[in-house]
Amino acid sequence: MVTGGWMVGTVVEVRAEATSGRAIVLEVPGWGGNIAGQHLDARLTAPDGYQAVRSYSLASAGEGERLELAVDRFPHGEVSPYLVDELRIGDELEVRGPLGGWFVWRPDQTEPVQLIGGGSGIVPLMAMIRSHRAARSTAEFRLLYSLRGEEDAFFREELTQPSPGLAVTWLFTRRTPTGWPRPASRITAADLEAEAIPVGRSPSVFVCGPTGFVEAVATNLVELGHDPHRIKTERFGGS
Amino acid sequence: MRGHVDGNALAGILSELQLDVTVRGRCAGCGDVAVLARAVVYGDEQARVARCAACSGVLFVLFTEPGGMRLQLRGMSWLDTAPE
Amino acid sequence: MSVISRGFFGRSREQNPDLPPGQYLTRDFPVLSAGPTPIIDTADWEFSIRTESGEVQRWDWQQLHALPLEDVTVDIHCVTRWSKLGTTWRGVSLDTLFANVDSDNEFVMAHSYGGYTTNLPLEDLLDGKAWIATRFDGDDLDPEHGGPARLLVPHLYFWKSAKWIRGLVMHSDDDPGFWEQNGYHLYGDPWLEQRYW
Repeated sequence: MVTGGWMVGTVVEVRAEATSGRAIVLEVPGWGGNIAGQHLDARLTAPDGYQAVRSYSLASAGEGERLELAVDRFPHGEVSPYLVDELRIGDELEVRGPLGGWFVWRPDQTEPVQLIGGGSGIVPLMAMIRSHRAARSTAEFRLLYSLRGEEDAFFREELTQPSPGLAVTWLFTRRTPTGWPRPASRITAADLEAEAIPVGRSPSVFVCGPTGFVEAVATNLVELGHDPHRIKTERFGGS
Repeated sequence: MRGHVDGNALAGILSELQLDVTVRGRCAGCGDVAVLARAVVYGDEQARVARCAACSGVLFVLFTEPGGMRLQLRGMSWLDTAPE
Repeated sequence: MSVISRGFFGRSREQNPDLPPGQYLTRDFPVLSAGPTPIIDTADWEFSIRTESGEVQRWDWQQLHALPLEDVTVDIHCVTRWSKLGTTWRGVSLDTLFANVDSDNEFVMAHSYGGYTTNLPLEDLLDGKAWIATRFDGDDLDPEHGGPARLLVPHLYFWKSAKWIRGLVMHSDDDPGFWEQNGYHLYGDPWLEQRYW
């Protein structure tokens, strides 16, 4: 019997994503659904009883017992290499959630939304995009996705398909596609000024990715005049 | 965990105390009131230090051991579950 | 009873009879941080010892390196349960630094750049038990691991080995430092598993 809010999910689908990542679909009896932006805790138990718990953002939103995670392999990690390299269809995975009532978007929100993701930071933002689409929301959604190179994208196919009410801007920091107008470089205040929903329209802004990326973006946004209270961040740690 | 993260990352462990990260708290150091999700969290799974985003003062320290958890709350004046 | 995760064994958790209770060996060097990493230029660096009379002795980076440096090999034990055996450091012994310090006080508060503090009995810093370390494993000490210099007191839990050490202040009482105020034990003997109070 699993206690303390932990549920046992079964892996029903796995899919390689980005260069070192994976999308994992679980069926979790008892899962109550989740709002876009929430995460879950996943717990692994070794034969001697040792446990490791890590948080993963949900790429899916809504009701039902089926959920999708996307995990990036952190080379010296304890849990992510297992989830990306070892976990198989049919395996069980203990999860707890949904968690986090703050970094969320609900379909009843009508204001414009600016999503800014770095690397695997796209995951909770993807849940918001899917929730927006499923609700046929008319709120304006813009995504600015910062990546080292094209091949590092999660959900690349889904994001390159046109989606009503969603504008996607790709930004590359190391390797650009041939003929790409913007030279490879980290995101700057000028990028944000050019591509993000202007301050005057009072967007809700969600920024997610490695800590260094999120802090640089949040600082730039505030300097551009965005209200800090309208900016929500989710830092994944790292630099 | 490497680097620091937002208080939002504490949602799972705080759920064991029936607390959500949308709970608001007042920093005992500078008086700033903010949701726990906005705290700046350092450390690792065993010892997490949550600091006030405004003044960097320690709000609380959360220790997690195999047997349970200890929450050291000395840096907060109060917690309030009423929404923002 | 949790579900066992097929094929999962976790990070290497070697047991070893040389370890204090509740510890395991690691090949990494995990970092326990309580706040942002300070960055200090050795041109600005200074270490001082202040006594109850107000007398202060100071050493800048050059002056520290003019003192006898020792190469030591020690085991270190972190309160978060990892241990490393046979780690090598280079530093100046606290016996050297305390040679001309005149104090009747029995306790010390270590202060770090960035505001971290930790308390220790003076006798735990003397008689070859502690150093101001500037090099680890053959290299300059990384800021992430407390560089340019950290206190090294291997017989106590490693949170007592204050990173980014800036100075020591003599105290008449065993006043608690940062972690001690926030839950960790005042003394911190790994062999008695003194993790919390």
